[in-house]
Amino acid sequence: MSQDHDVQDLKRTPLHGLHLSLGGKMVPFAGYDMPVQYPTGILKEHLHTRDAAGLFDVSHMGQAALVGPDVAAALETLVPGDIQALDHGRMRYTQLTNEAGGILDDLMVTKLADDRLWLVVNAACKLNDFALIEGALDGRARLERAEDRALLALQGPKAAEVLSRLVPDAAALPFMAMAELDVAGTPALVSRSGYTGEDGYEISVAADDAEGLAKLLLAQDAVAPIGLGARDSLRLEAGLCLYGHDIDETTTPVEAALVWSISKRRRAEGGFPGAETIQRQLADGPQRRRVGIRPDGKAPAREGTPIMKDGRAIGTVTSGGFGPTVSGPVAMGYVETAHAAADTAIELEVRGRALPGRTAKLPFVPQRYYRG
Amino acid sequence: MLKFTEDHEWVRVDGEIGTVGISDYAQEQLGDVVFVELPDIGKTIAKGDEAAVVESVKAASEVYAPVEGEVAAVNEALNDNPGLINSDAQGDGWFLKIKLADASQLETLMDEAAYKTYVEGLG
Repeated sequence: MSQDHDVQDLKRTPLHGLHLSLGGKMVPFAGYDMPVQYPTGILKEHLHTRDAAGLFDVSHMGQAALVGPDVAAALETLVPGDIQALDHGRMRYTQLTNEAGGILDDLMVTKLADDRLWLVVNAACKLNDFALIEGALDGRARLERAEDRALLALQGPKAAEVLSRLVPDAAALPFMAMAELDVAGTPALVSRSGYTGEDGYEISVAADDAEGLAKLLLAQDAVAPIGLGARDSLRLEAGLCLYGHDIDETTTPVEAALVWSISKRRRAEGGFPGAETIQRQLADGPQRRRVGIRPDGKAPAREGTPIMKDGRAIGTVTSGGFGPTVSGPVAMGYVETAHAAADTAIELEVRGRALPGRTAKLPFVPQRYYRG
Repeated sequence: MLKFTEDHEWVRVDGEIGTVGISDYAQEQLGDVVFVELPDIGKTIAKGDEAAVVESVKAASEVYAPVEGEVAAVNEALNDNPGLINSDAQGDGWFLKIKLADASQLETLMDEAAYKTYVEGLG
Protein backbone atom coordinates (compact mmCIF):
# COMPACT_ATOMS: atom_id res chain seq x y z
CA MET A 1 0.00 0.00 0.00
CA SER A 2 3.00 2.28 -0.04
CA GLN A 3 2.96 4.91 -2.75
CA ASP A 4 6.45 5.09 -4.13
CA HIS A 5 7.11 7.65 -6.76
CA ASP A 6 10.11 9.47 -8.05
CA VAL A 7 9.62 12.91 -6.59
CA GLN A 8 12.66 14.11 -8.54
CA ASP A 9 10.63 14.20 -11.75
CA LEU A 10 7.67 16.01 -10.28
CA LYS A 11 7.10 19.73 -10.56
CA ARG A 12 6.20 21.82 -7.54
CA THR A 13 3.76 24.66 -7.16
CA PRO A 14 4.78 27.83 -5.27
CA LEU A 15 2.85 26.41 -2.28
CA HIS A 16 4.76 23.10 -2.11
CA GLY A 17 6.63 24.06 1.06
CA LEU A 18 3.41 25.18 2.70
CA HIS A 19 1.74 21.84 1.89
CA LEU A 20 4.61 19.99 3.55
CA SER A 21 4.53 22.22 6.62
CA LEU A 22 0.75 21.62 6.92
CA GLY A 23 1.34 17.85 6.88
CA GLY A 24 -0.04 17.33 3.39
CA LYS A 25 0.12 13.77 2.06
CA MET A 26 1.80 14.32 -1.29
CA VAL A 27 0.99 12.34 -4.42
CA PRO A 28 1.88 12.76 -8.09
CA PHE A 29 -0.88 14.45 -10.05
CA ALA A 30 -0.53 15.67 -13.64
CA GLY A 31 3.24 15.83 -13.23
CA TYR A 32 3.09 17.79 -9.97
CA ASP A 33 3.74 16.75 -6.38
CA MET A 34 0.37 17.70 -4.85
CA PRO A 35 -1.42 17.21 -1.52
CA VAL A 36 -4.17 14.58 -1.77
CA GLN A 37 -5.16 15.36 1.81
CA TYR A 38 -3.96 16.98 5.02
CA PRO A 39 -3.96 15.26 8.43
CA THR A 40 -7.67 16.11 8.82
CA GLY A 41 -8.57 13.60 6.09
CA ILE A 42 -10.70 13.71 2.95
CA LEU A 43 -14.10 13.23 4.63
CA LYS A 44 -13.69 16.12 7.05
CA GLU A 45 -12.04 18.33 4.42
CA HIS A 46 -15.00 17.75 2.12
CA LEU A 47 -17.58 18.52 4.81
CA HIS A 48 -15.63 21.55 5.99
CA THR A 49 -15.76 23.02 2.48
CA ARG A 50 -19.54 22.56 2.32
CA ASP A 51 -19.98 24.02 5.84
CA ALA A 52 -17.40 26.81 5.99
CA ALA A 53 -14.54 27.53 3.56
CA GLY A 54 -11.73 25.48 2.04
CA LEU A 55 -8.49 26.69 0.48
CA PHE A 56 -7.22 24.71 -2.51
CA ASP A 57 -3.92 25.03 -4.36
CA VAL A 58 -4.75 24.78 -8.06
CA SER A 59 -1.51 26.37 -9.24
CA HIS A 60 -0.78 23.31 -11.37
CA MET A 61 -3.49 24.45 -13.78
CA GLY A 62 -2.43 26.37 -16.86
CA GLN A 63 -3.02 30.13 -16.93
CA ALA A 64 -2.44 32.33 -19.96
CA ALA A 65 -3.56 35.52 -21.63
CA LEU A 66 -4.60 35.38 -25.28
CA VAL A 67 -4.10 38.71 -27.03
CA GLY A 68 -5.15 39.98 -30.44
CA PRO A 69 -7.42 42.55 -32.11
CA ASP A 70 -10.19 39.98 -32.79
CA VAL A 71 -9.20 37.51 -30.11
CA ALA A 72 -12.76 36.39 -29.22
CA ALA A 73 -13.59 35.47 -32.83
CA ALA A 74 -10.18 33.82 -33.15
CA LEU A 75 -10.67 31.58 -30.11
CA GLU A 76 -14.13 30.63 -31.35
CA THR A 77 -12.45 28.74 -34.20
CA LEU A 78 -11.20 26.29 -31.52
CA VAL A 79 -14.09 26.11 -29.01
CA PRO A 80 -17.90 25.87 -29.27
CA GLY A 81 -18.46 28.42 -26.48
CA ASP A 82 -19.81 31.88 -27.25
CA ILE A 83 -16.72 33.97 -26.57
CA GLN A 84 -17.86 36.98 -28.61
CA ALA A 85 -20.94 37.36 -26.42
CA LEU A 86 -18.86 37.71 -23.27
CA ASP A 87 -19.10 41.08 -21.52
CA HIS A 88 -16.03 42.67 -20.01
CA GLY A 89 -14.93 40.84 -16.88
CA ARG A 90 -17.22 37.87 -17.50
CA MET A 91 -16.10 34.28 -17.77
CA ARG A 92 -17.44 31.21 -19.48
CA TYR A 93 -16.86 27.45 -19.42
CA THR A 94 -16.08 25.83 -22.79
CA GLN A 95 -14.09 23.03 -24.44
CA LEU A 96 -11.32 22.69 -26.99
CA THR A 97 -12.68 20.21 -29.52
CA ASN A 98 -11.10 18.01 -32.18
CA GLU A 99 -12.30 17.33 -35.74
CA ALA A 100 -14.48 14.45 -34.50
CA GLY A 101 -16.19 16.70 -31.95
CA GLY A 102 -14.26 15.05 -29.09
CA ILE A 103 -13.01 17.13 -26.18
CA LEU A 104 -9.27 17.93 -26.05
CA ASP A 105 -9.69 19.83 -22.78
CA ASP A 106 -12.21 21.91 -20.91
CA LEU A 107 -11.33 25.43 -19.87
CA MET A 108 -12.47 28.75 -18.45
CA VAL A 109 -12.31 31.84 -20.67
CA THR A 110 -12.60 35.39 -19.31
CA LYS A 111 -12.83 38.60 -21.30
CA LEU A 112 -10.42 41.07 -19.73
CA ALA A 113 -10.60 43.53 -22.65
CA ASP A 114 -11.73 43.55 -26.28
CA ASP A 115 -8.28 42.34 -27.29
CA ARG A 116 -7.44 40.24 -24.24
CA LEU A 117 -8.82 36.93 -22.92
CA TRP A 118 -7.70 35.04 -19.84
CA LEU A 119 -7.59 31.23 -20.07
CA VAL A 120 -7.39 28.60 -17.35
CA VAL A 121 -6.85 25.03 -18.58
CA ASN A 122 -6.20 21.64 -16.98
CA ALA A 123 -2.71 20.85 -15.71
CA ALA A 124 -2.35 17.58 -17.60
CA CYS A 125 -3.40 19.20 -20.89
CA LYS A 126 -1.77 22.61 -20.67
CA LEU A 127 1.29 21.99 -22.84
CA ASN A 128 -0.80 20.48 -25.63
CA ASP A 129 -3.51 23.13 -25.28
CA PHE A 130 -1.08 26.02 -25.46
CA ALA A 131 0.79 24.51 -28.42
CA LEU A 132 -2.52 23.93 -30.21
CA ILE A 133 -3.76 27.48 -29.58
CA GLU A 134 -0.44 29.06 -30.59
CA GLY A 135 -0.26 27.00 -33.75
CA ALA A 136 -3.87 27.46 -34.82
CA LEU A 137 -4.05 31.18 -34.07
CA ASP A 138 -0.55 32.08 -35.28
CA GLY A 139 -0.60 35.59 -36.73
CA ARG A 140 -4.04 36.30 -35.31
CA ALA A 141 -3.57 36.09 -31.56
CA ARG A 142 -0.59 35.81 -29.24
CA LEU A 143 -0.53 33.52 -26.19
CA GLU A 144 1.19 34.85 -23.08
CA ARG A 145 1.74 31.91 -20.76
CA ALA A 146 1.53 32.94 -17.13
CA GLU A 147 3.97 30.38 -15.76
CA ASP A 148 5.00 32.75 -12.99
CA ARG A 149 1.54 32.77 -11.43
CA ALA A 150 -0.14 30.69 -8.76
CA LEU A 151 -3.87 29.96 -8.48
CA LEU A 152 -5.73 29.54 -5.20
CA ALA A 153 -9.37 28.53 -4.84
CA LEU A 154 -11.36 29.60 -1.79
CA GLN A 155 -14.62 27.66 -1.77
CA GLY A 156 -17.58 27.31 0.53
CA PRO A 157 -20.51 29.21 2.04
CA LYS A 158 -18.16 31.35 4.16
CA ALA A 159 -15.74 32.16 1.31
CA ALA A 160 -17.40 35.52 0.56
CA GLU A 161 -17.40 36.64 4.16
CA VAL A 162 -13.74 35.67 4.53
CA LEU A 163 -12.47 37.27 1.33
CA SER A 164 -14.55 40.41 1.84
CA ARG A 165 -12.68 40.99 5.08
CA LEU A 166 -9.49 41.31 3.02
CA VAL A 167 -11.00 42.97 -0.04
CA PRO A 168 -14.51 44.42 0.35
CA ASP A 169 -15.13 44.49 -3.42
CA ALA A 170 -15.13 40.68 -3.45
CA ALA A 171 -18.57 40.58 -1.79
CA ALA A 172 -20.53 41.89 -4.78
CA LEU A 173 -18.48 40.23 -7.54
CA PRO A 174 -21.06 38.32 -9.62
CA PHE A 175 -20.85 34.58 -10.27
CA MET A 176 -18.61 33.89 -13.30
CA ALA A 177 -17.06 37.37 -13.23
CA MET A 178 -13.44 38.41 -12.74
CA ALA A 179 -11.87 41.60 -11.44
CA GLU A 180 -8.38 42.89 -10.74
CA LEU A 181 -8.41 43.43 -7.00
CA ASP A 182 -5.92 44.26 -4.30
CA VAL A 183 -6.17 41.47 -1.72
CA ALA A 184 -4.58 42.85 1.46
CA GLY A 185 -1.77 44.43 -0.55
CA THR A 186 -1.42 41.64 -3.10
CA PRO A 187 -2.48 42.42 -6.68
CA ALA A 188 -4.74 39.59 -7.84
CA LEU A 189 -7.07 38.47 -10.58
CA VAL A 190 -10.10 37.38 -8.56
CA SER A 191 -12.99 35.47 -10.10
CA ARG A 192 -16.23 34.25 -8.52
CA SER A 193 -15.93 30.68 -9.67
CA GLY A 194 -14.72 27.26 -8.69
CA TYR A 195 -15.30 23.57 -9.07
CA THR A 196 -17.03 22.44 -5.88
CA GLY A 197 -20.64 23.51 -6.47
CA GLU A 198 -20.26 26.07 -3.67
CA ASP A 199 -19.95 29.84 -3.75
CA GLY A 200 -16.32 30.88 -3.84
CA TYR A 201 -13.40 32.44 -5.63
CA GLU A 202 -10.36 31.61 -7.66
CA ILE A 203 -7.48 33.96 -6.99
CA SER A 204 -4.57 34.29 -9.42
CA VAL A 205 -1.46 35.93 -7.99
CA ALA A 206 2.25 36.18 -8.78
CA ALA A 207 4.07 33.04 -7.65
CA ASP A 208 6.10 35.04 -5.12
CA ASP A 209 2.92 36.32 -3.45
CA ALA A 210 1.19 32.93 -3.23
CA GLU A 211 2.48 31.64 0.07
CA GLY A 212 1.87 34.90 1.91
CA LEU A 213 -1.69 35.11 0.63
CA ALA A 214 -2.37 31.43 1.38
CA LYS A 215 -1.13 31.86 4.94
CA LEU A 216 -3.25 34.98 5.36
CA LEU A 217 -6.34 33.12 4.14
CA LEU A 218 -5.61 30.10 6.33
CA ALA A 219 -5.31 32.42 9.34
CA GLN A 220 -8.93 33.50 8.86
CA ASP A 221 -11.69 31.88 10.88
CA ALA A 222 -13.54 29.20 8.90
CA VAL A 223 -10.71 28.48 6.43
CA ALA A 224 -8.93 25.10 6.28
CA PRO A 225 -6.55 23.67 3.66
CA ILE A 226 -8.19 21.11 1.37
CA GLY A 227 -6.44 18.51 -0.78
CA LEU A 228 -7.12 16.96 -4.17
CA GLY A 229 -9.06 14.06 -2.64
CA ALA A 230 -11.84 16.30 -1.36
CA ARG A 231 -11.63 18.42 -4.50
CA ASP A 232 -12.56 15.27 -6.43
CA SER A 233 -15.45 14.22 -4.16
CA LEU A 234 -16.79 17.80 -4.08
CA ARG A 235 -16.83 18.17 -7.86
CA LEU A 236 -18.35 14.69 -8.28
CA GLU A 237 -21.25 15.55 -5.94
CA ALA A 238 -21.63 18.83 -7.86
CA GLY A 239 -21.96 16.83 -11.12
CA LEU A 240 -18.88 18.47 -12.67
CA CYS A 241 -16.72 16.64 -15.20
CA LEU A 242 -13.11 15.67 -14.57
CA TYR A 243 -11.08 15.79 -17.77
CA GLY A 244 -9.50 12.45 -18.68
CA HIS A 245 -12.25 10.61 -16.84
CA ASP A 246 -15.75 11.96 -17.58
CA ILE A 247 -14.72 13.72 -20.76
CA ASP A 248 -11.90 13.10 -23.23
CA GLU A 249 -11.11 12.99 -26.94
CA THR A 250 -13.73 10.26 -27.48
CA THR A 251 -16.65 12.14 -25.87
CA THR A 252 -18.42 15.10 -27.43
CA PRO A 253 -19.96 18.01 -25.48
CA VAL A 254 -23.38 16.70 -26.50
CA GLU A 255 -22.73 13.20 -25.14
CA ALA A 256 -21.23 14.77 -22.02
CA ALA A 257 -24.44 16.76 -21.37
CA LEU A 258 -22.55 20.04 -21.78
CA VAL A 259 -24.83 21.51 -24.44
CA TRP A 260 -25.74 24.29 -21.99
CA SER A 261 -22.23 25.63 -22.67
CA ILE A 262 -22.95 26.10 -26.41
CA SER A 263 -25.05 29.15 -27.28
CA LYS A 264 -27.86 29.20 -29.83
CA ARG A 265 -25.72 31.23 -32.23
CA ARG A 266 -22.77 28.84 -32.05
CA ARG A 267 -25.04 25.79 -32.44
CA ALA A 268 -26.46 27.31 -35.60
CA GLU A 269 -23.26 28.77 -37.07
CA GLY A 270 -20.74 26.08 -36.12
CA GLY A 271 -17.24 27.17 -37.06
CA PHE A 272 -15.38 25.14 -34.44
CA PRO A 273 -13.59 21.77 -34.82
CA GLY A 274 -16.05 18.89 -35.03
CA ALA A 275 -19.02 21.22 -35.58
CA GLU A 276 -20.66 18.84 -38.10
CA THR A 277 -20.68 15.96 -35.60
CA ILE A 278 -21.84 18.15 -32.74
CA GLN A 279 -24.60 19.79 -34.83
CA ARG A 280 -25.77 16.37 -36.02
CA GLN A 281 -25.89 15.10 -32.42
CA LEU A 282 -27.78 18.22 -31.36
CA ALA A 283 -30.34 17.57 -34.09
CA ASP A 284 -30.67 13.79 -33.83
CA GLY A 285 -29.63 13.17 -30.24
CA PRO A 286 -26.41 11.39 -29.23
CA GLN A 287 -26.19 7.60 -28.97
CA ARG A 288 -25.01 7.83 -25.39
CA ARG A 289 -25.19 10.41 -22.68
CA ARG A 290 -23.49 11.25 -19.41
CA VAL A 291 -25.77 10.66 -16.43
CA GLY A 292 -25.60 10.64 -12.65
CA ILE A 293 -25.79 7.25 -10.94
CA ARG A 294 -26.86 6.29 -7.44
CA PRO A 295 -26.08 2.73 -6.34
CA ASP A 296 -28.94 1.44 -4.13
CA GLY A 297 -26.59 -0.06 -1.52
CA LYS A 298 -23.50 1.26 0.15
CA ALA A 299 -20.85 -0.16 -2.18
CA PRO A 300 -19.20 2.53 -4.33
CA ALA A 301 -19.14 1.93 -8.11
CA ARG A 302 -15.73 3.15 -9.24
CA GLU A 303 -14.45 4.36 -12.61
CA GLY A 304 -14.60 1.52 -15.15
CA THR A 305 -17.57 -0.26 -13.55
CA PRO A 306 -19.78 -1.76 -16.29
CA ILE A 307 -23.37 -0.46 -16.30
CA MET A 308 -25.93 -3.14 -17.22
CA LYS A 309 -29.64 -3.25 -18.00
CA ASP A 310 -31.38 -6.62 -17.92
CA GLY A 311 -28.01 -8.33 -18.12
CA ARG A 312 -26.77 -6.37 -21.15
CA ALA A 313 -23.96 -3.78 -21.01
CA ILE A 314 -25.30 -0.28 -21.69
CA GLY A 315 -22.41 1.83 -20.47
CA THR A 316 -19.54 2.48 -18.08
CA VAL A 317 -18.93 4.49 -14.94
CA THR A 318 -16.41 7.29 -15.53
CA SER A 319 -16.19 8.71 -11.97
CA GLY A 320 -17.47 7.11 -8.84
CA GLY A 321 -16.92 6.98 -5.14
CA PHE A 322 -18.35 7.97 -1.82
CA GLY A 323 -20.12 11.32 -1.52
CA PRO A 324 -19.54 12.63 2.01
CA THR A 325 -22.40 15.18 1.84
CA VAL A 326 -24.77 12.68 0.21
CA SER A 327 -23.47 10.19 2.79
CA GLY A 328 -23.51 7.38 0.26
CA PRO A 329 -22.04 6.22 -3.02
CA VAL A 330 -22.39 8.48 -6.08
CA ALA A 331 -21.11 8.09 -9.62
CA MET A 332 -21.43 9.36 -13.16
CA GLY A 333 -20.99 7.58 -16.42
CA TYR A 334 -22.23 7.13 -19.96
CA VAL A 335 -25.27 5.05 -20.88
CA GLU A 336 -27.14 4.43 -24.12
CA THR A 337 -29.54 7.35 -24.59
CA ALA A 338 -32.58 5.04 -24.38
CA HIS A 339 -31.70 4.43 -20.72
CA ALA A 340 -30.52 7.94 -19.84
CA ALA A 341 -33.76 9.27 -18.31
CA ALA A 342 -33.38 9.99 -14.61
CA ASP A 343 -34.46 7.23 -12.23
CA THR A 344 -33.95 4.38 -14.69
CA ALA A 345 -33.21 1.10 -12.90
CA ILE A 346 -29.77 -0.24 -13.82
CA GLU A 347 -27.24 -2.73 -12.50
CA LEU A 348 -23.63 -1.98 -11.65
CA GLU A 349 -21.15 -4.82 -12.04
CA VAL A 350 -18.94 -4.51 -8.97
CA ARG A 351 -16.49 -7.34 -8.30
CA GLY A 352 -18.46 -9.77 -10.43
CA ARG A 353 -21.82 -8.99 -8.86
CA ALA A 354 -24.67 -7.01 -10.38
CA LEU A 355 -25.61 -4.41 -7.78
CA PRO A 356 -28.86 -2.49 -8.26
CA GLY A 357 -28.79 1.25 -8.85
CA ARG A 358 -30.58 4.10 -10.62
CA THR A 359 -29.66 6.87 -12.97
CA ALA A 360 -30.01 10.20 -11.23
CA LYS A 361 -30.26 13.89 -11.97
CA LEU A 362 -27.05 15.86 -11.58
CA PRO A 363 -25.90 17.48 -9.39
CA PHE A 364 -26.24 15.20 -6.36
CA VAL A 365 -25.88 18.20 -4.07
CA PRO A 366 -27.63 21.48 -5.00
CA GLN A 367 -25.23 24.05 -6.42
CA ARG A 368 -25.02 27.13 -4.21
CA TYR A 369 -23.43 29.69 -6.50
CA TYR A 370 -23.71 33.39 -5.70
CA ARG A 371 -26.68 34.90 -7.51
CA GLY A 372 -26.49 38.43 -6.12
CA MET B 1 -0.64 -14.55 19.56
CA LEU B 2 -0.69 -11.59 17.15
CA LYS B 3 0.85 -11.97 13.67
CA PHE B 4 1.11 -9.73 10.60
CA THR B 5 1.43 -10.19 6.83
CA GLU B 6 3.49 -8.12 4.40
CA ASP B 7 0.14 -6.92 2.98
CA HIS B 8 -0.68 -5.37 6.39
CA GLU B 9 -3.31 -7.81 7.62
CA TRP B 10 -3.14 -9.00 11.22
CA VAL B 11 -4.44 -12.22 12.77
CA ARG B 12 -4.91 -12.71 16.51
CA VAL B 13 -5.16 -16.37 17.42
CA ASP B 14 -7.19 -17.75 20.30
CA GLY B 15 -7.36 -21.53 20.22
CA GLU B 16 -8.44 -22.60 16.73
CA ILE B 17 -10.00 -19.23 15.85
CA GLY B 18 -8.05 -16.40 14.27
CA THR B 19 -9.48 -12.85 14.25
CA VAL B 20 -8.39 -10.94 11.13
CA GLY B 21 -8.10 -7.22 10.43
CA ILE B 22 -5.81 -4.64 8.85
CA SER B 23 -2.99 -2.90 10.68
CA ASP B 24 -3.03 0.60 12.03
CA TYR B 25 -0.41 1.47 9.41
CA ALA B 26 -2.76 0.18 6.69
CA GLN B 27 -5.76 2.22 7.87
CA GLU B 28 -3.60 5.31 7.96
CA GLN B 29 -2.46 4.70 4.38
CA LEU B 30 -6.07 4.12 3.24
CA GLY B 31 -7.56 7.18 4.89
CA ASP B 32 -11.25 7.43 5.74
CA VAL B 33 -12.90 4.03 5.23
CA VAL B 34 -16.42 4.31 3.82
CA PHE B 35 -17.39 0.73 2.92
CA VAL B 36 -16.45 -2.83 3.75
CA GLU B 37 -17.46 -6.00 1.92
CA LEU B 38 -17.32 -9.03 4.19
CA PRO B 39 -17.35 -12.70 3.16
CA ASP B 40 -20.18 -15.17 3.76
CA ILE B 41 -19.99 -17.18 6.95
CA GLY B 42 -19.00 -20.78 6.23
CA LYS B 43 -16.90 -19.90 3.19
CA THR B 44 -13.43 -21.45 3.05
CA ILE B 45 -10.66 -19.08 2.05
CA ALA B 46 -7.12 -20.12 1.09
CA LYS B 47 -4.11 -18.32 2.52
CA GLY B 48 -3.47 -15.21 0.43
CA ASP B 49 -6.89 -15.21 -1.24
CA GLU B 50 -9.29 -12.28 -1.01
CA ALA B 51 -11.19 -12.36 2.27
CA ALA B 52 -12.79 -8.92 2.24
CA VAL B 53 -12.76 -5.57 0.45
CA VAL B 54 -12.17 -2.24 2.16
CA GLU B 55 -12.98 1.03 0.40
CA SER B 56 -11.73 4.46 1.34
CA VAL B 57 -12.99 7.69 -0.21
CA LYS B 58 -10.23 7.29 -2.80
CA ALA B 59 -10.09 3.60 -3.71
CA ALA B 60 -10.95 -0.03 -3.08
CA SER B 61 -8.39 -2.45 -1.64
CA GLU B 62 -8.47 -6.22 -1.06
CA VAL B 63 -7.92 -7.76 2.34
CA TYR B 64 -6.21 -11.16 1.99
CA ALA B 65 -6.59 -14.10 4.33
CA PRO B 66 -3.37 -14.40 6.41
CA VAL B 67 -4.07 -18.11 6.89
CA GLU B 68 -6.40 -20.68 5.35
CA GLY B 69 -9.67 -21.43 7.08
CA GLU B 70 -13.43 -21.28 7.23
CA VAL B 71 -15.15 -17.98 7.98
CA ALA B 72 -16.69 -18.37 11.45
CA ALA B 73 -17.92 -14.81 12.00
CA VAL B 74 -17.83 -11.34 10.42
CA ASN B 75 -17.89 -7.95 12.12
CA GLU B 76 -21.39 -6.75 11.26
CA ALA B 77 -20.72 -3.46 13.08
CA LEU B 78 -18.53 -2.40 10.14
CA ASN B 79 -21.57 -2.28 7.82
CA ASP B 80 -23.01 0.67 9.70
CA ASN B 81 -19.77 2.09 11.00
CA PRO B 82 -16.82 1.39 8.68
CA GLY B 83 -15.00 4.22 10.46
CA LEU B 84 -14.21 1.71 13.25
CA ILE B 85 -11.35 0.60 11.01
CA ASN B 86 -9.82 4.07 11.25
CA SER B 87 -10.50 4.57 14.94
CA ASP B 88 -9.48 1.10 16.15
CA ALA B 89 -7.93 -0.96 13.34
CA GLN B 90 -6.38 -3.58 15.59
CA GLY B 91 -9.36 -3.84 17.96
CA ASP B 92 -13.04 -3.03 17.27
CA GLY B 93 -12.21 -2.63 13.58
CA TRP B 94 -11.66 -6.39 13.05
CA PHE B 95 -13.07 -7.88 9.82
CA LEU B 96 -13.68 -11.59 10.33
CA LYS B 97 -12.97 -14.65 12.42
CA ILE B 98 -11.54 -17.65 10.70
CA LYS B 99 -11.41 -21.28 11.87
CA LEU B 100 -7.79 -22.19 11.15
CA ALA B 101 -7.21 -25.07 8.77
CA ASP B 102 -3.49 -25.35 9.46
CA ALA B 103 -1.99 -23.59 12.47
CA SER B 104 1.52 -24.13 11.14
CA GLN B 105 0.83 -21.42 8.52
CA LEU B 106 1.13 -18.88 11.34
CA GLU B 107 4.86 -19.55 11.43
CA THR B 108 5.26 -17.88 8.03
CA LEU B 109 3.90 -14.56 9.40
CA MET B 110 5.69 -11.74 11.22
CA ASP B 111 5.35 -11.08 14.92
CA GLU B 112 4.62 -7.55 16.13
CA ALA B 113 8.29 -6.56 16.47
CA ALA B 114 9.19 -7.90 13.01
CA TYR B 115 6.18 -6.12 11.45
CA LYS B 116 7.17 -2.85 13.11
CA THR B 117 10.64 -3.14 11.58
CA TYR B 118 9.08 -4.05 8.22
CA VAL B 119 6.83 -0.96 8.23
CA GLU B 120 9.71 1.32 9.22
CA GLY B 121 11.59 -0.03 6.20
CA LEU B 122 8.76 1.13 3.91
CA GLY B 123 9.67 4.74 4.73
